[in-house]
Order: sequence, then structure tokens, then C-alpha cells
Amino acid sequence: MSIETLLKEHAEKDLLRFITCGSVDDGKSTLIGRLLFDSRQVYEDQLSAVERDSRKWGTQGDAADLALLVDGLQSEREQGITIDVAYRYFSTPTRKFIIADTPGHEQYTRNMATGASTADAAVILVDARKGLQTQTRRHSFIVSSLGIEQVIVAVNKMDLVDYDQARFEEIARDYQRFADKLDFKAIHCLPVVALNGDNVLEPSPNMAWFDGHPLLSLLESLPSRQADADGEFRFPIQYVNRHSSEFRGFAGTVAGGQIKTGERVMVMPSGRQSAVASIVTFNGERAQARCGEAVTLTLTDEIDISRGDMLVRPEQRPRVAEALDARVVWMADQPLLPGRQYDVKLGTRTVAATPELIHHRIDVNTLEHRHVDELTLNEIALVRWRLSASAAFDSYRHNAATGAFVIIDRISNLTVGAGMVVRPVTDSLADKSQNVVWHEHRIAKTQRAGQKSQRPAVLWFTGLSGAGKSSVANALELALFQRGYHSYLLDGDNVRHGLNRDLGFTDEDRVENIRRIGEVARLMADAGLVVLSAFISPFRADRAMVRELMESGEFVEIHVQASLETCESRDPKGLYARARAGAIRNFTGIDSPYEAPEKPEVVLDTESLSIEECVDELLDYLKSRRILV
Amino acid sequence: MSHLDMLEAEAIHIMREVAAEFTRPVMLYSVGKDSSVMLHLARKAFYPAPPPFPLLHVDTTWKFQAMYEFRDRVAAEAGMELLVHINQEGVEQGVGPFSHGSRVHTDIMKTQGLKQALNKYGFDAAFGGARRDEERSRAKERVFSFRDRNHAWDPKNQRPELWNLYNGRVHKGESIRVFPLSNWTELDIWQYIYQEDIPMVPLYFAAERPVIERDGMLLMVDDNERMPFAPGERPQPRMVRFRTLGCWPLTGAVESTATTLLEVIEETIQVKNSERQGRAIDQDAGASMEEKKRQGYF
Ligand SMILES: Nc1nc2c(ncn2[C@@H]2O[C@H](COP(=O)(O)OP(=O)(O)OP(=O)(O)O)[C@@H](O)[C@H]2O)c(=O)[nH]1
Ligand SMILES: [Mg+2]
Repeated sequence: MSIETLLKEHAEKDLLRFITCGSVDDGKSTLIGRLLFDSRQVYEDQLSAVERDSRKWGTQGDAADLALLVDGLQSEREQGITIDVAYRYFSTPTRKFIIADTPGHEQYTRNMATGASTADAAVILVDARKGLQTQTRRHSFIVSSLGIEQVIVAVNKMDLVDYDQARFEEIARDYQRFADKLDFKAIHCLPVVALNGDNVLEPSPNMAWFDGHPLLSLLESLPSRQADADGEFRFPIQYVNRHSSEFRGFAGTVAGGQIKTGERVMVMPSGRQSAVASIVTFNGERAQARCGEAVTLTLTDEIDISRGDMLVRPEQRPRVAEALDARVVWMADQPLLPGRQYDVKLGTRTVAATPELIHHRIDVNTLEHRHVDELTLNEIALVRWRLSASAAFDSYRHNAATGAFVIIDRISNLTVGAGMVVRPVTDSLADKSQNVVWHEHRIAKTQRAGQKSQRPAVLWFTGLSGAGKSSVANALELALFQRGYHSYLLDGDNVRHGLNRDLGFTDEDRVENIRRIGEVARLMADAGLVVLSAFISPFRADRAMVRELMESGEFVEIHVQASLETCESRDPKGLYARARAGAIRNFTGIDSPYEAPEKPEVVLDTESLSIEECVDELLDYLKSRRILV
Repeated sequence: MSHLDMLEAEAIHIMREVAAEFTRPVMLYSVGKDSSVMLHLARKAFYPAPPPFPLLHVDTTWKFQAMYEFRDRVAAEAGMELLVHINQEGVEQGVGPFSHGSRVHTDIMKTQGLKQALNKYGFDAAFGGARRDEERSRAKERVFSFRDRNHAWDPKNQRPELWNLYNGRVHKGESIRVFPLSNWTELDIWQYIYQEDIPMVPLYFAAERPVIERDGMLLMVDDNERMPFAPGERPQPRMVRFRTLGCWPLTGAVESTATTLLEVIEETIQVKNSERQGRAIDQDAGASMEEKKRQGYF
């Protein structure tokens, strides 16, 4: 093969970033060392350095301790543990990899989160002798919170349990059960011996009973998180380029969607509008800029724009607010204290911010919510922040690039935490959900649900009016009842007529409507019930908030889908006709938007499925998630 | 986007963050291939303006002649100010690689020289072209790498660095070393040079050069006047090139016939030893790079 062909192939390879994580000493670094060594990506001089060090620090007698290939710091070699994340690079004929080998020790969780924040996939190691540990769960939860959906569970040190198939299956089952509550799309379990390379590159002769792929082929086949060029256009302004009196360019990296010259844009948070005059790059002007590209834009009007502002399309606005709820991972020895002031760096905007209250802390072992007054090192919680100035952002689930922030201590300058936006907080909402003194029940939620042979859950049906939410939800509830499960259906009839009688259909009232339903659903789930709710619930942020209210894995978003035309032609209550005639205002789909879920747990297309088929699909899903036992 | 496009966008993003958040940034320029790529990326990041910071070359006075010529030309082309700093105390004490050995020479002329220059101009951020794939302690370093008042790196206490949200906060006297090429591999660098047609110092390409062999290392005699020949030692013309550039008495050449960029890349792909092996300084002690970095080396 000529060198030019080779370069061309190399240039076109796609990239997968993955991490190794899991509890301390489970063999993460050894596994990466083995992967690099067996795939011949280690230079001779590096190997001889490792051999030299192995005699001094190694854990494997005179044999090379491959963990030392990645444990690059003096203290790591001396202590035999990983302290900070190591980045390694390697490629196979089909793919390039960036590996982040992260530390298992709890003290260094922040370094694990550092490595995980940019990863597409995670390899979670478990020591076959020890099974799942608190750190296994903590890391899994962080990985899932950061939006990683592809997970490989490598059950390591199989040599020390006699390559026992039953033991492997037991751990795989335990993990699966725990992960039911997380948001992973795919979980691949695999038995390995990092030390000797079993199932790393090649299938292991010691474990002929295992018929899955070895680690490397698995890594070659996982999907990578692609930049989202189809999403809504987001362009956080990084730097204003004033080259000359005639040139004023806005430099930044496209954080979502794409833009063409001539298209109208709006500046957030000011709301001023202009249009893209040119897209300037060193290699000439361009007609279009797409997600992930670093470009410079000029606009047709002279308007005031500075670093920290965001360009968007006028019809695809992000949230703008002075307060937000976010999931926070705390990374400092000093606890997070409500009332104290920090700086928050959200995209390119840095503002002073104060945590107003901690809604709840999430127990990483059980994923249960606990009520706390402060947050200490390595804890994870839902926290309300008040910003000193309004900022534009999205929910992290919607767009990680515009929904992530870091928290900086104003005195020490240290990075003390990381946050993922759940939703903006509007004024009316802020007053209503503050400072509730929580009463701890004596009977735990799991006990209540256990008595009913089910796991509590909120099945949240969302979709256009006429899409079939109520019909499917009613049919499902009947099916549940017949099978002896305990459930309750919340819908417009029993909510709008009582609890929410005072609410109309303005955006503000809709938000409040969903907030109340969410709280009621939570209480019912707390009582151990499977709650079904069937509301249009058009706004993504509101559904995100209900999701966050619930413990992990309890919220099941079900998108009941049918096109607007179909819904309009069905028009069971004659509402579309009235909305078209102008008799009803703010009708979803007509003069009020419907924001479809981005990652619903279940999608039901009622144009092609019958109600019975929808119910069957849901029952299967609930069983696979072990909500129904 | 291809992975090279992603690396490019990432580097540009990092550079713009620095330009926006720091008062007095500088770009370390060492004339080598990584510096050349970094400079090229800086020109792209701020186009049509020239990069809004100066270049700094810490001159040990023992660089290859070809490097000095190349340096001056490239800075002028980029329209950037070029600051050259030489540790005068070192010069007065006659410090050099032959008289004092690689360790002392590098420490005084390079590490101390760098610290002097950073203090003198009060730079709060300095770009370096180091890559994580070069060496195992570099593999551990952040993109924004915090240095205290003594320019020291504390590898056990690095700031968390999530997503592309870099924390550039420093108190007076502290600074950040910034590594926009962190995630590039050596092959990525070559590929990018090829793709973008970035000019390179001729030393990277094989040519017949006057060479002597010492301690298993091939040394090119760049300056006859300053070369302390051993009795009977005489430079031989050999076809060699350099995989990395530094002070000529400390940088080993490799035998090669690669005279074009494609041939150089081809050799690189086949190579079995990592590129830093050519540098005397790294082999002095097991953890020498980490040790140097703790003391302020780039
Ligand atoms: N018998 C056996 N030992 C193993 C295996 N994998 C790793 N080890 C040993 O387990 C110990 C810990 O390995 P590391 O790779 O350092 O573990 P780690 O998960 O990277 O540890 P931290 O990064 O500190 O959390 C070392 O002594 C390894 O040699 C395995 O498959 N079998
Ligand atoms: Mg390790």
C-alpha cells in the first residue's frame, strides 16, 4: 500500500473516545496496558522503561507490569494506584481511539469525571472475586449522568475464580439489575483476564463457554457520539475579532446544528436580530458552518455582541433565565453550601452564581434521593442555582455543549464542581418549590413497592392532542390491573377538573400544570405505585424536571407519535377545528409549539400500531426494565 | 468531520479561549514540527487578524543554524512579534552542553531561561506544543496546566477539566501552560503538515551531514568551532535526518534516506522507538520528564 493511500485511510478513520473506570485495583490500567501491548502500539524504549520499573515497583515479580505503561507519575508507580487520568492514543485499521484510563480510588473521582466528560463509551471493570462495589456504582452513575450510553462491563481477574461461568453470569446479572435504573442504550458484559490478555484481542481458550466478541472488536463496533448537525443552531461567542475598523468577526465553535450565509440569527440573551453576512476561515469563505467546526461569522448589522452571548435561529431559541436546576457533581474538600457565591462557567459565559437550595442528594449505591443541607466531596445532587445575570442555555440532555458548566471557587480559583442543566427556573416556579421541609417516611418506598411485586415508576405519555395518549394509557392500565399490579392513571379529566382547576393554557400555566402533576406523580410513586400520566406536556424542560424529581430509572418517557395531519383528521373532541377557527388559543401544534422528546424510552407510532400492539410493546418494555416482576 | 478536522477545531477553540480570558498570553516557539503546526493553527484561529500574542523563543545559543534562519522567516510571515530570550547569567558562566553536560545545560539555559522570560514579561498563559503521546507523564497533563509562582507543576493536584470548559483563573504571579495539541499523535502532526503544506526546517529531511558517533548517538556537527573533538574523531558525511529538534549537541540524528515529506511519514509509521529517544535528557533518570516539569520545564 502506498503511503498516500495509507494517509488517506488514516484521515478518514472515525474516532471513538472511551474510558476505563470502576473500583480501585480492578485492573483498569493493566487492561489498557495489555490492549496497547498486544496490539503492538508500544515503542521499544517505552517497554524497556516499563521493564526497568517493574523490577522496582511492579506487582508481577519479574514480569513486566503493564499497568506501568499508563501509570505515568512517580507517585502512581510508588503507590501502585492510578491518581490522575492518563490519555493514550491508538488505532486499528478501521478506527482511531482516544483512551482515558481513570483512577478507581474514591478520592480521585473528579479525575474520573474529567476523563468521562468527553467520552463516547465506557469500559467498566469489575473484579470477579469482589463483584459490584460502591465505586462501580458511583462511576456507572456518573457515566450515565454525563450522557454516555454505550457501556462494556469487563468482569476481570477471571483467572482468580477458575474462569467460572456461573460467577461471571452472576455479576453480569447484578450489574444489569443495577443498570436498569440508568440511561444506558447498550450494555455488553464480557469476562476478561487483563493480566494475560484473555478476551482482550483474541477469544480466550480458557473461557470457551463465552461466545461474545473480545474487547477490541467490541470497541471497534460501538457507535461514537456524532456532532449533531441536525439539531438546533447554537453558536456561543468565544472571541470578538476586530481586525480592522471594517472587520468585526465573531469567533466560536458551532455547538449545535448548522448555519448558512444569509440566514437570520438572534443574539441571546439580548434578543436582537441580524443575518449572517459571511463565514470566514483561513482557507477562504464558506457557505455553511456545521456543528463542531471552529469558524468566524460576520453579521449584516452593527449590533452589540460580546463573549458569552449566543447566536441562534429566531425560531429555535434556547432557554434564557436567571436561575436553573442542575445535577451537580461536587469536587472540592470544602462542602458546597447554599448561599455562598461561586463563579459558573457555562459555555463561554462566566457569571457569579449562588446555590439556593439542594433539592436532594442522590445516593450512588441505591440511587435513592436524600435530603441534605450541604454537599461534600464526590457527592451528586440536584441543586438550584441563582445567576447574577441572565444566561442562555439548554438542558444537558438536549445539548451537552450548551447545558454543561463548571463551578469555580472565587477565592481559591479551583474548579470545585461540574453541573448539568436540567431546566431553567422561572420566577413563578422559583417561589413554589422552595424550602419545603421534607418528612422522612418510616416505611421505605422500596418496601411499599416490594409488597406489590413491582417497582414504582412514572410512565409519562407525551404527544399531540389526538395522538392516542389517553387511549393507550387507559388500555395499559387495564392490562396492568388484570395482571394484579397497582397503578393509577392521571389525565386531564381527573386533574384539570380538581387540582389544576385554576390553571389556563398560557405557557406559564402549562408549566405550573406539569409541575403539579409531576409532584403528584412523585407522591404516588413514593407510595409504590406505577403511575401513568397522559398529558400533551409539550415542553421538553418540564418533562426533564419531572424526570429529575424521580429517582433514576423511575421516569419512563413514552412518545405517542402521530403526524399533525393525522391528529387533526382524527380530532376526537373537535378541538383542532376550534383552534383553527381561532376559538381556542395556544393550542399545541397550531399556535403553540410541541417539543418532541429527544431520547424517549419508548416511541409508539400510533399511525402504524394498533392500541393492543402498543400495550404489548409497553408490557415487554416494563418487564425488560424489571418494573413489573 | 474526520478526526483531523476535530483535532484542528479543538486546538482553535483552546487558543481562542486563551486569547479571550488571559491578559498577557504568549506562544512558545521552538522551531520544531509541533511548534510549526501550533503556529499554523493560531493563524487559522484568528484569521484575518494575526494571532493576538507574541512568539517567544528561549534560545539556549546551541540550536542548529538552520533553526535560527527558519525562525526569523516564519515569524515575519505570520506578522507576529518575536521575542528571543537568552539566559545571560548562563552565558556569562559559560554554560554549555559539552562543558556542563545535558542536565545542567538544559536546566540553566532552557528551564531557568524560560522562567526568566515568563517573569520578565509577566505572561499569565504560555502555549506549548507538547503532546500527550510523547511521554507517559505528559499523558497525564491537562490542556490548561496550572503552574504556581515558581512555575512548578503539581501532578497530584491538577484541576478537574471537564468537557471543553477550561479554567484559566490565576492569582498574580501564577500562570497556565496551555497545550492545544494535547490529543494529537505524531502521525496526526505529520498528516496535518502534509494536508496543509506547512513549511518545515530542512533538518527533518535526510541529507548528507557531517556526523560523529558518540555513546550510540549520531551527532551532527553544526558548529566546528564549538565542537570538542576527541582525539582522532572526525565528522563523516552520512545521510541522516532528525525526528525531533533541540540543541545540536544533545539531539541524535537517525540514518535515513527520506528526502520528501511522504518518505519521512513513511519512516515514521514504521518506526519502533518513540521519538523522544533521540533526546539525551529523557534518559538521565526514570521519571526525568516529570521531575523537570515539576521544576518548571515545559
Ligand atoms: N490475577 C490477575 N491480576 C490482575 C488482573 N488484572 C489486573 N491484575 C492485578 O491487579 C492489580 C491492580 O491492577 P491495576 O491495573 O493497577 O488496577 P487499576 O484498576 O488500574 O487500579 P486504580 O487505577 O488504582 O484504581 C495489579 O497487581 C494487577 O497486576 C487479572 O486479570 N488477573
Ligand atoms: Mg489504574
